[in-house]
Amino acid sequence: MLGDIFRRHFRDLHTSEDAISPERYNVLKRKIVGLMALVTLLPLLFMSAINFMEFQSTMAREVQNPLRVILGKTRNTIELFLAERASTVAFVAQAYSYQELADERALGRIFRVIRKEFDGFVDMGLVDSKGRMVNYVGPYDFKDRDYSGQDWFAQVMTSGKYISDVFMGFRKLPHVVIAMQHTTEDGETWVVRATLDTRVFDRIIAAMSLEPGSDAFLLNRKGILQTSSALYGNVLEPCPLRLPPISFEPQVVAAKDPSGQDIYMSYAYFPNTDFVLMATKPRLGAVSAWYTLRGDLLLIFVVGVAAIFMVTSKVTGMLVNRMRESEERRSLAFRQVEHAQKLSSIGRLAAGVAHEINNPLAIINEKAGLMKDLLALQEEFKGKARFSIQVEAILRAVERCRGITHRMLGFARRMDVKIEALSLNEVIRETSGFLVREAEHRNVELALELDENLARIESDRGQLQQVILNILNNALAAVPDKGRILVKSWNESHESVGFSITDNGCGMSQDTLKCIFEPFFTTKRGKGTGLGLSITYGIIKRLGGEVSVQSKENDGSTFSVVLPVMAPPSAAVEAQ
Amino acid sequence: MNDWKILLVDDEEEFVSTLAERLSLRGIECRVAKDGEAGLAMIDQDQPDVVVLDMFMPGLKGNEVLRRIKERHPRVQVILLTGQGATKDAMEGMRLGAVDYMIKPLSIDELTAKIGEAVKAARK
Repeated sequence: MLGDIFRRHFRDLHTSEDAISPERYNVLKRKIVGLMALVTLLPLLFMSAINFMEFQSTMAREVQNPLRVILGKTRNTIELFLAERASTVAFVAQAYSYQELADERALGRIFRVIRKEFDGFVDMGLVDSKGRMVNYVGPYDFKDRDYSGQDWFAQVMTSGKYISDVFMGFRKLPHVVIAMQHTTEDGETWVVRATLDTRVFDRIIAAMSLEPGSDAFLLNRKGILQTSSALYGNVLEPCPLRLPPISFEPQVVAAKDPSGQDIYMSYAYFPNTDFVLMATKPRLGAVSAWYTLRGDLLLIFVVGVAAIFMVTSKVTGMLVNRMRESEERRSLAFRQVEHAQKLSSIGRLAAGVAHEINNPLAIINEKAGLMKDLLALQEEFKGKARFSIQVEAILRAVERCRGITHRMLGFARRMDVKIEALSLNEVIRETSGFLVREAEHRNVELALELDENLARIESDRGQLQQVILNILNNALAAVPDKGRILVKSWNESHESVGFSITDNGCGMSQDTLKCIFEPFFTTKRGKGTGLGLSITYGIIKRLGGEVSVQSKENDGSTFSVVLPVMAPPSAAVEAQ
Repeated sequence: MNDWKILLVDDEEEFVSTLAERLSLRGIECRVAKDGEAGLAMIDQDQPDVVVLDMFMPGLKGNEVLRRIKERHPRVQVILLTGQGATKDAMEGMRLGAVDYMIKPLSIDELTAKIGEAVKAARK
């Protein structure tokens, strides 16, 4: 299945159709880059994600755990404090009789002892079953006050104990009331009521020694602050933070405070009272180390991804370009072979025709010759001179035909590639001979300036003929009637010779110049195949040479070819 | 008139008869054979000094005829005629012992000169 997908999408890699459009190469490149990037990026992405999440949770635990632990400890301390005070009050209520507690001096003594042993007590009083304060020890004058209508009294009369929220009361100081009921066996009942200064809570909370920016405070379950908070208001003001769900275990949750800051909120509800202990800590400070690490991770990831993309795209681009080039070379070579084959068969055809024509030509030659002989034997008669002229004309025409058929035969013979020592001048003369008549016809001057000391070179005569013929043909097409074509040859160096073909024709634009060696590029719409110069180029390359063109529009062109004296080994191989 | 014995071998009737007539006008009498077999038979009958032999004929090809002539009558001089350029066949013919080759259409003066030289070589 996977193999199937691969085969279908990457069939360009293992098939080689002759014509692959440029678009297909781009698509192929995109596919390969995509696949490689996918294969390399996916694992990287997964690893990064897993790392990220693992680190995050670890870091979160690292930050949250100490907060949870210290919160739990502090809650226990406060709980213990309250429980101790409550049991002290309960002890007083249980241990002494009503008469003893109603005795002002006795209560005063008890209170002094308690204050000495347990800090935080502000005052203490005895309330009878009717709700009247019978006896009171403390800084205020609460004796004979009536509490019968108050909530706390009703609650203590039903449940036997009561611990209040923090409130200001008459004293304008936050305090907590603890009330314990005592009922004797004969139904007599009273209540001992004590007040605690809540500044003790502040001390306990301060002992948590939180980091700067952190905060801790007590709330009741209605969200009213029970101690002052550094950040969220004073005692008895409503806390702006939303109360989290009830949990008696210390919990840490992420939240946002009213100013929009991300915080960790740690809290624990008290099991026996309405209190909730809460601590907050800004998340940013806690996780700044994590943010740094995350930044590093992200940087590495981004750089990695960029590197992967760059490398895959570069490498794939190179490979695909290489592939395209070799495809193009292959198809060009294929076309060249095709063309050479065509020329070769045309050559063979020409040879056959030339051969067939030669026989009748020989007969004409002999017949005309005989006529000439016979005329020479005849005595003078009227018109003999004219007959002679006619016969001579026939013989001259036969001679011309002979030249043509012999050149055709020579051309055909040279279609077979053969590396041999040859004179470039000779090849130039011979080849330009093909075009002399056409040049004459159009009044074009075809001039040769050949270096008579030109070194002999090892090359293929037929291929050179083809090259020269192609360039000359183009020159002839470019020049106007009465134009001029100049062929020069020279010794380029010890290892190479050169020749150039200059015309004073129409010339070429820069754009044309750029693509003249491309196959199927032609300016002779409908007449040219666009193969001439590309084949010329291929041949010259194969023979180890170089070709260059200079051209100016309306000013003519010069084709220069440099050929090695020794044919390259590859040319010899192809010649076989 | 001389006593040269010349044989022309060519399948082109018109060509060879006209050529024979032209040669006779120049004092060279020759016999004519229309193919290789006939030519060989005539040589066996009466050995000529020089054979002017066309390379490309139906039946026996020129080179084969040349080989057989040289086998049986080594003294006979052979001038090859070819319709093609300087081909491998002509070279091969020279190697087999032909004295010269000529390309059609012929120049009659050149041919008479070459025949004269060949006869001299044959009678040495």
